[in-house]
Amino acid sequence: MNGINGAHPDRSSGDLAGDSADFGGGRKPLGIVTSGSLAEGVRARLDDGVSTEDVKVGTFVSIQGKQKRFLGVLTEIELASTDDGVIAAPPDMGSPLLAEVMSGTTAYGAITVEPMLTLDVDALDGPQPAKTIPPHFSRAYAASEEDISAVFGDEDAGNFYIGNPMDMEMKLCLNIDELVKRSNGVFGKSGTGKTFLTRLLLIGILQRNAASNLVFDMHGEYGWRGSSEDVNEVKGLKQLFGSRVAVFTLDGESARRRRIPVDREISIGYDDIEPEDVAILKDAWGLSDVAADTAYSLRSRLGDKWLTKFLAHSGDELSDLAKELSVHHSTMSALKSRLMKLRRFGFTSEGGGGGSVKEILEYLNRGTHVVLEFGRYGNDIDAYLLVANLLTRRIYQRYVEMSERASGDVTQEPRPLVITIEEAHKFLSPSIARNTIFGNIAREMRKYNVTLLVVDQRPSGIDDEVMSQLGTKIACLLDNEKDTDAVLSGVSGNRKLRTVLARLESNRQALAFGHALPMPVVIQTREYGSAASYRELGFADEAQLRAQAERDVDALFGPRD
Amino acid sequence: MTLGETREGMQAADARVGEVVEAATSEFTAQCYALYDAPPLGSLVRCGEGTPVFGIVCEASTQSLDPGRHAIPRGEAESKEAGVFRSNPQLERLLYTRFRAISVGYRGADGAIRRYLPPDAPRLYSFVSRCDANELAEFSRPPLEFIPMLLAPQVSAQDDVIAAFLRQASEAHPDRNGYLISAGKSLAAALAGQTYRLGDILRRLQ
Repeated sequence: MNGINGAHPDRSSGDLAGDSADFGGGRKPLGIVTSGSLAEGVRARLDDGVSTEDVKVGTFVSIQGKQKRFLGVLTEIELASTDDGVIAAPPDMGSPLLAEVMSGTTAYGAITVEPMLTLDVDALDGPQPAKTIPPHFSRAYAASEEDISAVFGDEDAGNFYIGNPMDMEMKLCLNIDELVKRSNGVFGKSGTGKTFLTRLLLIGILQRNAASNLVFDMHGEYGWRGSSEDVNEVKGLKQLFGSRVAVFTLDGESARRRRIPVDREISIGYDDIEPEDVAILKDAWGLSDVAADTAYSLRSRLGDKWLTKFLAHSGDELSDLAKELSVHHSTMSALKSRLMKLRRFGFTSEGGGGGSVKEILEYLNRGTHVVLEFGRYGNDIDAYLLVANLLTRRIYQRYVEMSERASGDVTQEPRPLVITIEEAHKFLSPSIARNTIFGNIAREMRKYNVTLLVVDQRPSGIDDEVMSQLGTKIACLLDNEKDTDAVLSGVSGNRKLRTVLARLESNRQALAFGHALPMPVVIQTREYGSAASYRELGFADEAQLRAQAERDVDALFGPRD
Repeated sequence: MTLGETREGMQAADARVGEVVEAATSEFTAQCYALYDAPPLGSLVRCGEGTPVFGIVCEASTQSLDPGRHAIPRGEAESKEAGVFRSNPQLERLLYTRFRAISVGYRGADGAIRRYLPPDAPRLYSFVSRCDANELAEFSRPPLEFIPMLLAPQVSAQDDVIAAFLRQASEAHPDRNGYLISAGKSLAAALAGQTYRLGDILRRLQ
């Protein structure tokens, strides 16, 4: 079988003669394309000197075709052999010479590359999705920094530096303007860096001023300060961006204890609570469908202040009401006992509340970003679901109104809004996603300039339809098969990306793909938490701010004597 | 006669072992000038002038000149083997040594080495010489395209011939181990599917 030699005209002589030609423009040669298909990816045999230990799943590979250059992701690494006998009965490898001779000839390594983009040298319109594959015996190289920056762009007005491509020392940028146009998702097991990534994305959106943020900050990670595994404490959005961020809290007491400056405390009136809010709590409260539907009947029966009135019912009144609405008494009392729980929350009050929704909207319209802290209610999923759903519904209604009023006049349209929710599967599970506001937002996308940033550790718990509508997905390590399936559903080449996803490092590494990225990429998240990292993000400490202020004053009024 | 030619002539004279007595396109047989003077198995030899043909010794034999007179034991009374020849000085003339070499390449008129069969078979009575280390190193540089010729059926003990050749060639290269690895890879390509045989040959290289 002299095909082996035929395929590597310069290989064997390369070692001795040192004349291996370099056609890769400084890129590190990996191997040579031997087979493959568009659907299954291109298989390349590794060069003699390249060990399978030198290549990693998820890295970029550049393949030089005859007219085009292909950029793809390495999705599979395998050990192969020209002789099946070797597999059945491996030769005695006691001889180092035999081992060396056989590796790279009879026994060799091979990689599978999923071609994602073609980079035409002459084309003016940049990288195009790969609709073909490179021909036989094309050379495959490890992608160079130029390849990456040609595809992902450099750090500039629209692009935010989010991290490095795996095993490369260069900046990988995310197109924030494109990102906020659709709903997005950040997924990963707990402790894999979801919060860290989300914080970076929020900073990106803030820095590029691409949209207003409304963050339902369940565990107090985004507002004033957050935690990180490397350093005890990292600066939150408020510390970085000052007055451009407003921190609201449900629990003023906890904020004061933690010495966190907050802009407003939120209060929710019973009158603000609607049957839809009860529906979202259905699973958490263990309510039957009938009981949840009863809330709608109650509102139509009791009117606007239905909740206050209903909670006032007792004993016989409740039985009468049950009869009137033709529901079983036990259903009615179950609903009542659950609704009584609302009284426990310190942020609820009888009556109309404090106009918190209006306030938040005003902030958002001014372009201020709002972080809503839950304080001690962060661990209370009922409170989180209730408040997030209630506020979002109101805000969304207002956005719909404003968008409709603008009716195509771009200047009048409300500023794009990104709503960040954690534990998203509780809002978007298949049983309730159709009825909740979050399901609507995810499905209707940017029609009304409101999109979601979904943060979750159980993506399999999220409704399929919602998942399929997410524009950009960033997935940290996920090892549950169902979760992996859910994240990768609808992505081309998902079977191969699964290998990549399952092999991510357990922290600060993520697979990003979708609308805002030209091709899937494994990101090593950028550093955040050190003084240098804050400076890089444009954060100025007090001394710098004062100096800048003085310079501004001098510029305005002339230097002081 | 230039200096270079003189040296070449001298070298050729020193290393000369015999003359071609049978020739075909793919192999030639040479008879040695001196009894038992055949080059070792696997040696690279050169025959002819101008565009010399290279061959690798694959077999050597010693027999009686007269096919009717077989060699018979003569040393019963001798204590040492050398004594047989001392007592029977005619033996040196009655016996001869021949060796067979597989043609593996030639030097073209331009001076470059080709590692495939020459267009013409060597001529009878061409002088056959051992190649020196430089020539061996030049000829044996990987990839060894001629290996399949040594695997041809007319070669007896193919594996030993290849192993012997590689052993000698590796001594002519400064990085012996590096050479054996890259030559081994050429061999592995030629012996695809015959891993055990490959391992067997490689073991003989140590």
